Amino acid sequence: MSIPTVNFLRGVVRRPWRLAAEVSALLIAAVVAFPLYWMVLSAFKPAGEVESTEPRPWTLSPSLDSFRRVFGQQEFGRYFLNSLVVAGSVVVVSALVAFLAATAVTRFRFRFRTTLLIMFLVAQMVPVEALTIPLFFLMRDFGQLNTLGSLILPHIAFSLPFAIWMLRGFVKAVPDALEEAAYIDGASRARFLWQILFPLVFPGLVATSVFSFISAWNDFLFAKSFIISDTSQSTLPMALLVFYKPDEPDWGGVMAASTVMTIPVLIFFVLVQRRLVSGLGGAVKD
Amino acid sequence: MKKRAASTGVPPEDDSGTASDAGRGSGTGTGTGSDSGAGAPVCDLLPVAAQAVAGYPRRSGPGNGTLRRGTAHPRRGPGAFRRTRAGWTPWLYLAPALLVLGGLLVYPIYQLGLISFLHYTQAQVSGGEPTTFEGFGNYTTLFADDQFWQVLFATLVFAAACVVSTLAVGCALAVLLTRVRAVPRLALMLAALGAWATPAVTGSTVWLFLFDPDFGPANRVLGIGDHSWTYGRYSAFALVLLEVVWCSFPFVMVTVYAGIRAVPGEVLEAAALDGASQWRIWRSVLAPMLRPILVVVTIQSVIWDFKVFTQIYVMTNGGGIAGQNLVLNVYAYQKAFAASQYSLGSAIGVVMLVILLAVTLVYLRLLRRQGEEL
Repeated sequence: MSIPTVNFLRGVVRRPWRLAAEVSALLIAAVVAFPLYWMVLSAFKPAGEVESTEPRPWTLSPSLDSFRRVFGQQEFGRYFLNSLVVAGSVVVVSALVAFLAATAVTRFRFRFRTTLLIMFLVAQMVPVEALTIPLFFLMRDFGQLNTLGSLILPHIAFSLPFAIWMLRGFVKAVPDALEEAAYIDGASRARFLWQILFPLVFPGLVATSVFSFISAWNDFLFAKSFIISDTSQSTLPMALLVFYKPDEPDWGGVMAASTVMTIPVLIFFVLVQRRLVSGLGGAVKD
Repeated sequence: MKKRAASTGVPPEDDSGTASDAGRGSGTGTGTGSDSGAGAPVCDLLPVAAQAVAGYPRRSGPGNGTLRRGTAHPRRGPGAFRRTRAGWTPWLYLAPALLVLGGLLVYPIYQLGLISFLHYTQAQVSGGEPTTFEGFGNYTTLFADDQFWQVLFATLVFAAACVVSTLAVGCALAVLLTRVRAVPRLALMLAALGAWATPAVTGSTVWLFLFDPDFGPANRVLGIGDHSWTYGRYSAFALVLLEVVWCSFPFVMVTVYAGIRAVPGEVLEAAALDGASQWRIWRSVLAPMLRPILVVVTIQSVIWDFKVFTQIYVMTNGGGIAGQNLVLNVYAYQKAFAASQYSLGSAIGVVMLVILLAVTLVYLRLLRRQGEEL
């Protein structure tokens, strides 16, 4: 036997548990990833293979038919754009508003500060779904039904408390000395806020925005409740359900639409993955 | 960093918010310790998690504590001049947030409560009939309805099952992650991130497809022919549970894993040298240090799983056959928007709000007991 093999075997003997752990970790990873794999695979399978009673975990003749159907028949591009507009506005506005609020509660001492913080915490727990009914009437009274605004505004409100809570850790992390130095050098408050604090807290804003992006992108309930007649204002989750008819779903179309809907979030996640994990640590703590 | 975490690994004994007020207030003079720990979150996973495990970064030596107690007016420390002159600036910064939250969160909550006391159906919405005050009428109707209690019970059991399974899977995999080398760890992490990132609607449809009686691979693998998972009440709930666990365990896993990694190696080594068994180390060293994190993930899971909407709605097609898979959220929605019983739907919403508020109060108490600084 060659030397590496001997070393390898020795390692196996010495650490049988670790090998078992690693094998099971890989197996579990495969199981966890399988639904996503199946989704993408089914999206590329030709129609006959998707709806076959002998499903195979591969395809020899990948086709773009399902995607063509998705982008062709429905106004899918439009829905995609709508979803992007909603999620984008929510991310930008809630990040800016949360940044200001987080600065206020971490870098100043004032009356009711602790009360406010507890309110922000409590606000995170409010079941958004329960508020659909009053929000529906609110949107109706302001003539916002069937507009993207009716999706954007509530999502800003619901992602704010968590964003503020999460950003506190990042704002707090910027040393006081820096602030004092800025003032001594003659910077105004606004200048310190936007030119010094904002760039330093930016990574935190990115981590926070993941959560607001996801909640806005995934939103199903508001889109279903507030966009009632004007389908040109619909978003992706609704578009997906067009293909999903309980009696005879077009599985190929559903899977292709699902793939299109999942990929932007996946890209977003991969891009901010590191910051997400660290930001989460901060949020969990703070 | 490790040293810090070790020195602050014990639960903080001073649990008042003013203690760290003082730490910050004394500013440049003595407060350096309290800032160094918080300096981490921007850059890396481990320091933050260490901070998360270790409790709030406190001044390390007893000397500072004495100084703090000895100062009559801690806020008037040398670095604090700015804060006493804050004036209206913080409120200016808070204004947009308070405006949005007031208009779109607080006011709707008030409205929700109000509608639940009115007689409010399609006729009132369209203005055909005047709205009348019902008092607790809607609540009596609701509480007299057998279906409500059945749905409430189903919601509680379903949420509990989801929370327990999610926590068990998440924690077990977090421990597993600490036992493996980089490649399997990365594989599991990426798979989990993928599940986490999947939107609830797509997750629901994909799982439905996997377990489809005709075309899904799951039934083939399990060899149960064309068994329909969504037909029976319990199997439908079980399928939704699987999907919920799949998309929510990654949060638990990543958070707990970060927490475990942040426990300094010295502590574990010392325990091992003292002859503690693996189980003993887990129970007496790791578990107490991870308590704050476990509390957070538990409460978050309770809140999320109690509010499951999309999965139930999509996977059981709006609450299952004859409403057998309804949970409170979907029930309220169906009452309000399908049956136009807006006031009954609101009453259900209020019940949900009250239950979640109770959970929140427990959470706040636990936080306070941990000496959390706000």
